Amino acid sequence: MIDAQKKGFVVVGKSERKVDGIALVTGKPKFVADLDLPETLHVKILGSPHAHARIIEIDTSKAEALPGVTCVLTHKNTPPARYTTAGQGYPEPSPYDTRMFDTKVRFVGDRVAAVAAETEALALKALKLVKVRYEELPPVLSIDEALVNGAPVIHDESDATGIYDASRNTAADIDITAGDLTQGFAESDVVVETTCETQYVQHTPIEPHVTLSYLDEDGRLILRTSTQVPFHVRRIVSQVLGLPLHRIRVIKPRIGGGFGTKQEVLLEDLAGLITLRTGRPALIELSRKEEFIASRTRHPMRIRVKLGAKRDGTLSAIEMEALSNTGAYGTHGLTVLSNVGSKTLPIYNKAQNVHFFGKAVYTSLPVAGAYRGYGATQGYFPLEVAMDELAERLKLDPIELRRRNHIRSGESSPIFEKLGEGREGVAQTIKSCELGRCIEIGAKRIGWSKKRGKRTRAGTWVHGVGMSIHMQGSGIALVDMGAATIKMNEDGSFNLLVGATDLGTGSDTILGQIAAEVLGVPLSKMIVTSSDTDFTPFDTGAYASSTTYVSGMAVQRAANKVREQIVKVAARLLEEDEDSLALAEERVKASNGQSVTLAKVCQHAMYQVAQFQIGATASFVPQESPPPFMASFAEVAVDTETGFVKVVSYVAAVDCGVAINPKMAQGQVEGSIVNGIGYALTEEMLISSKGRVRNPSLFDYKILGARDIPPIEVILVESYEPTGPMGAKSVGEVAINAPVPTIANAIHDAVGVRLTKTPFTPERVFEAIRAARM
Amino acid sequence: MRITLTVNEAKRDVEIEPGGTLLELLRREGYKGVKKGCGSGDCGACAVLLDGRAVNSCLVLAAKADGRKVVTVEGLADDEGLHPVQQAFLEEGAIQCGYCTPGMVIAAVDLLTHNSSPSEAQIREGISGNLCRCTGYVKQIEAIKTAAKRMGEGADD
Repeated sequence: MIDAQKKGFVVVGKSERKVDGIALVTGKPKFVADLDLPETLHVKILGSPHAHARIIEIDTSKAEALPGVTCVLTHKNTPPARYTTAGQGYPEPSPYDTRMFDTKVRFVGDRVAAVAAETEALALKALKLVKVRYEELPPVLSIDEALVNGAPVIHDESDATGIYDASRNTAADIDITAGDLTQGFAESDVVVETTCETQYVQHTPIEPHVTLSYLDEDGRLILRTSTQVPFHVRRIVSQVLGLPLHRIRVIKPRIGGGFGTKQEVLLEDLAGLITLRTGRPALIELSRKEEFIASRTRHPMRIRVKLGAKRDGTLSAIEMEALSNTGAYGTHGLTVLSNVGSKTLPIYNKAQNVHFFGKAVYTSLPVAGAYRGYGATQGYFPLEVAMDELAERLKLDPIELRRRNHIRSGESSPIFEKLGEGREGVAQTIKSCELGRCIEIGAKRIGWSKKRGKRTRAGTWVHGVGMSIHMQGSGIALVDMGAATIKMNEDGSFNLLVGATDLGTGSDTILGQIAAEVLGVPLSKMIVTSSDTDFTPFDTGAYASSTTYVSGMAVQRAANKVREQIVKVAARLLEEDEDSLALAEERVKASNGQSVTLAKVCQHAMYQVAQFQIGATASFVPQESPPPFMASFAEVAVDTETGFVKVVSYVAAVDCGVAINPKMAQGQVEGSIVNGIGYALTEEMLISSKGRVRNPSLFDYKILGARDIPPIEVILVESYEPTGPMGAKSVGEVAINAPVPTIANAIHDAVGVRLTKTPFTPERVFEAIRAARM
Repeated sequence: MRITLTVNEAKRDVEIEPGGTLLELLRREGYKGVKKGCGSGDCGACAVLLDGRAVNSCLVLAAKADGRKVVTVEGLADDEGLHPVQQAFLEEGAIQCGYCTPGMVIAAVDLLTHNSSPSEAQIREGISGNLCRCTGYVKQIEAIKTAAKRMGEGADD
């Protein structure tokens, strides 16, 4: 069926090369900091040395007196408006609990002052001359400390808005129920309960946050910035600085990776204000250390899952309770918490009785934010470990248990309607789901039936296999919006202008493929531009697995409109009915064999009769959020003497609808899996008893390198999503959810212990093995 | 102080700060393909060839480059087109954000220059100093295999 629907695709479904690939592979200056502007000031930020303190006094006179220092900013001379750094749709579902500079600091690294100077070295020197007197307050270093009665209140300011209960350090709170949980558990033959805990981790894009600001010839503020959300940057900077939106232009050049951390407005306000105050370009580049300490992280969570099932394995009840540490600020606190449930629970829609509740809690620790997977990653850990336990109790193959419970095409889940992102959700019926085939294919490729439960030994190493299943969404229904503009040029090429933000994912390429497919041209005739708030139409940005689905639909619609215009002109030229015309091979062809080139059509429209610009803009707002699905399998070897876990091989079978560009879709999955294995085994921000990040470098914080990865096999199990562009769904996030539970379940298969705290370091695994022996 | 070095076959006579790094020098001189990811030799984004061997330019004092030959990613392609490693990266989908790409390509060129038919383990070892957060390395390793094969075939001609 899929093949029939895909039949005739010429550009879509092909692994076209990246439209920006040659420039990137030859090192062309495409990134923010690659632009040298004369007179550029270098900006450095003074971070708080305390986790929780009030600023009693700041003396900047010595810093200001240093020759070469042009501007020093503190709470005394900056706008006091409260806002959120979360680059989300407006009004944002995150609390307004942040100021450019505040009179209170809430984590080690929180902004205290900023200096702009002629050189970076001078700026650093000046920072040392800023004298600050603090009144230290007791820090709050864990979720439990934050929630205890009488805990120090982190957000005691009177002007914050949108905080659920500041007096109890609660940024957000969710409580939703479907069905009758008590009855659901009463009807259950077996009940299992698991609590899992996740650590602080960081995105670590290889390009840290960076912004270059300057004034154009008309005095408008230009922000060239490494962002996933150029339009939100424009709005938030306007809001913070009180500068009219039309006086700001945001340019997103190439971005050196984001993974969610660049869905935050961390530097643009500061660079912008310095440029406005001095009239000079200002560059802020976070050092790797600053990136670790003061950018964003994944919300550490403690999540309890309780499952009730009938003897045949049918789930009757699921309870999930999530406590999320949002750190010092509530950015993305509510929505990440929402997705812990909303992107996980619907996968087991056979459970009719579901309760999801939780809190996002302030602490005086590093700030959490958006991170690929966005809560689902944390939620799947206890859910899929609990499913493994349930299978064990029921003496069912874990695959069989999942087969009996997972959602299918034509089905729905009450959770879709009950729980959205920070608000009620949108009811939807699944229209494309090849999860069953993903499980079947993945199991075969990993050798499930040969390996499961066999505990093959080689010396002190024991092998095991584990699996888990996952879904995500494709954009945020009724919230996200993408728009695209296409205009035609007289050589038969097109400009495709999108607000959608290619942050390295390849979205410029796949959006170009969609447009090229509709217009019957090769990708090389599509000149793709993203994103510039002056020239590209609005798009909410690159997050929530939205670009292919949401922006892709906008592109397809715009291309269809342009196609109609082309056909009208060509019908006149060919003296044929519009209905008889088709676009292919850069020509408009009539059924009688006559044809005209697209170049000719455009020339005619531009220069000859009834002249006009062939071009159109279209928008798309998703009415639903079709999930991509995935079955994940891993074989691990556990050294029983050291607790070291080695992933021997990994298999990911993914249904992302039609893969617009199969290699790029695979690449999204491969990158997610490797990031996820790091999350499972090696990555952890270590935090001292004073709240300080102890390992703020890529030497001490271990992300996986080429030697550390197992063979990874990605299988795209295509479906056709009728609501998506050319059958496509999302693929950017789903796979990062998988490695933690898959590896946890594989470790259990190998050595019989359940790891419930990430990362699964040798120490923890060894300890668990030892405890089990006693 | 002044030093003389060759960058991508062009002789350069440049003023440097004592204590300044080769990374800073190269970027200041317009070789923006040399990327800064950490400044401490942990990520490899700033890798360049110094007398034919890949080094992290953030760890090399500019003064150390005096009288030596530097090749950056900008110097790999020639009139005939892209270097086989670049070509393979492009074809195999080994580039995502592209920020680690210059350093990764340089590391691969170093590897293939000194070992024309590396095993997969040797390829992994060869790029082990280069971190990539996007690709999971799978397609980069494939690309280097492809390049090795082509360069081997080219050498046979």
